[in-house]
Amino acid sequence: MALLEVKNLDVYYGMIQAIRGISFEVNEGEIVTLIGANGAGKTTTMQSIMGLVPIKHGTVTYNGQDITRLPGHKIVHLGMTQVPEGRRIFQQLTVHDNLLMGAYTVTDKKQIQRDIDEICTRFEILGERKNQIAGTLSGGEQQMLAMGRAMMSHPKLLMLDEPSMGLSPLFVDKVFDIIKDYHESGCTILLVEQNAKKALSIADRAYVLETGSITLSGTADELLHDEAVKKAYLGA
Amino acid sequence: MSTIMDGLSLGAIYALIALGYTMVYGIAKMLNFAHGDIIMVGAYAILTSLQLTGNPYLAVVVSIVVCTASGVIIERLAYKPLRGASPLAVLITAIGVSFFLQAVAQLIYGSKSQSISLPDFGKVAIGDVKINVSTILTLVIGGVIMTALTLFVKKTRTGRAMQAVSEDKGAALLMGVNVNRIIMVTFAIGSMLAAFASLFYLMQIPSITPTLGSMPGIKAFTAAVIGGIGSIPGAMLGGVLLGLIEKICLSIPKIAPYTTSIEFSLLIVILLVKPIGLLGKKIREKV
Repeated sequence: MALLEVKNLDVYYGMIQAIRGISFEVNEGEIVTLIGANGAGKTTTMQSIMGLVPIKHGTVTYNGQDITRLPGHKIVHLGMTQVPEGRRIFQQLTVHDNLLMGAYTVTDKKQIQRDIDEICTRFEILGERKNQIAGTLSGGEQQMLAMGRAMMSHPKLLMLDEPSMGLSPLFVDKVFDIIKDYHESGCTILLVEQNAKKALSIADRAYVLETGSITLSGTADELLHDEAVKKAYLGA
Repeated sequence: MSTIMDGLSLGAIYALIALGYTMVYGIAKMLNFAHGDIIMVGAYAILTSLQLTGNPYLAVVVSIVVCTASGVIIERLAYKPLRGASPLAVLITAIGVSFFLQAVAQLIYGSKSQSISLPDFGKVAIGDVKINVSTILTLVIGGVIMTALTLFVKKTRTGRAMQAVSEDKGAALLMGVNVNRIIMVTFAIGSMLAAFASLFYLMQIPSITPTLGSMPGIKAFTAAVIGGIGSIPGAMLGGVLLGLIEKICLSIPKIAPYTTSIEFSLLIVILLVKPIGLLGKKIREKV
């Protein structure tokens, strides 16, 4: 059974239809990626799944439960969360408080402390800057914090929206290593990326999104060797 | 000396009210112009329960409960349906709620001013000057409340969630925060602080009218803007500053008649020189 199933999703901004009846699924244990150009509707799709943008038609099912109209904060309690586009860390809070916010759904205080220690080992830079105001971190460090913050809620399904956006090549590699690592520790991943090459290199399956519709889907390997994809997204 | 003490205690009153404005602004991004009238609601709550029971301490508790409940109910009925509406619609609604509260008070209590007799704690001598015990009480209790509030916002799970919602509602939601609940809690806390402000205000000026809340409300709003709207320490600083200026001006006979204009001129100067207020945070562009 699919862990996340999106069926015939329609999303509108006012009169403008941004998403046109797309369907896709993410199975437990997979890394699935949505690739596509700027404005294709990738972020809108991600936001509508979490209830940040209202869904006009269609259904979203998580773990067998219909979550189409569920408020976003309740979805997080079900074990799925998102690293949003542009990171959106809490700039005025400390790194430590950002991580605590990530653990908002966790009630066991000892568990939270263990998780913070673990995150600070996984991301050394966060350990070193624990008491620093998060807004003073560099872009790459903020991305680490955004990912660490999301991990604090122990998601079964982690969605990442453009995690490599605006980062130096060094940090881009790091981000993808972290995603791979985290996936191996047992988390299912839905990844939205403009960097199609990188995304396909770690994904199991992929969907190509163009102006609000899915135009192509398959295993990551198939898409890596697809002529149209190569031409449009891989720059080859 | 006694002028300074009076100024500080008036400042504490302004600060308590200003906190309600600033917290609601920080979290719901709206100016709740009905906030001043919560002070009036609190004052009548004290009056009525004092008449019914004769117990001033019970009256204070009743007033706190009534104010907190009114804040929450007003938010639920008047503001929550407008979530996502234009700021102007919300602002006008807030002004409407303010008129509504004043009109209801007038229906129930009439428009004449009513006097209230709270227990007189007398005066104590500090050195050569005699100071009202109520002034000292206002200062001490006000200080304790503001310290508690600061700790609450900084150290508790709900307080952190308030900071998170104030910065980025969407991101807070992705952490599992129920944004509507946090907004409700904010209104509850703000209105509770107004209940205390109401009590301290009555200890200084023991007469009640339906428009009692307007002037302290506007002054406290001014204080919140001077300190930097959205900033909790800013509201405290702005409140104390305004209270001090008011009492100092009033103590100098030649300046006294111009007190209110001086206070509002200060607002204009601050807006010209430092529009974000003394302790206001720069609004960051979203990346």
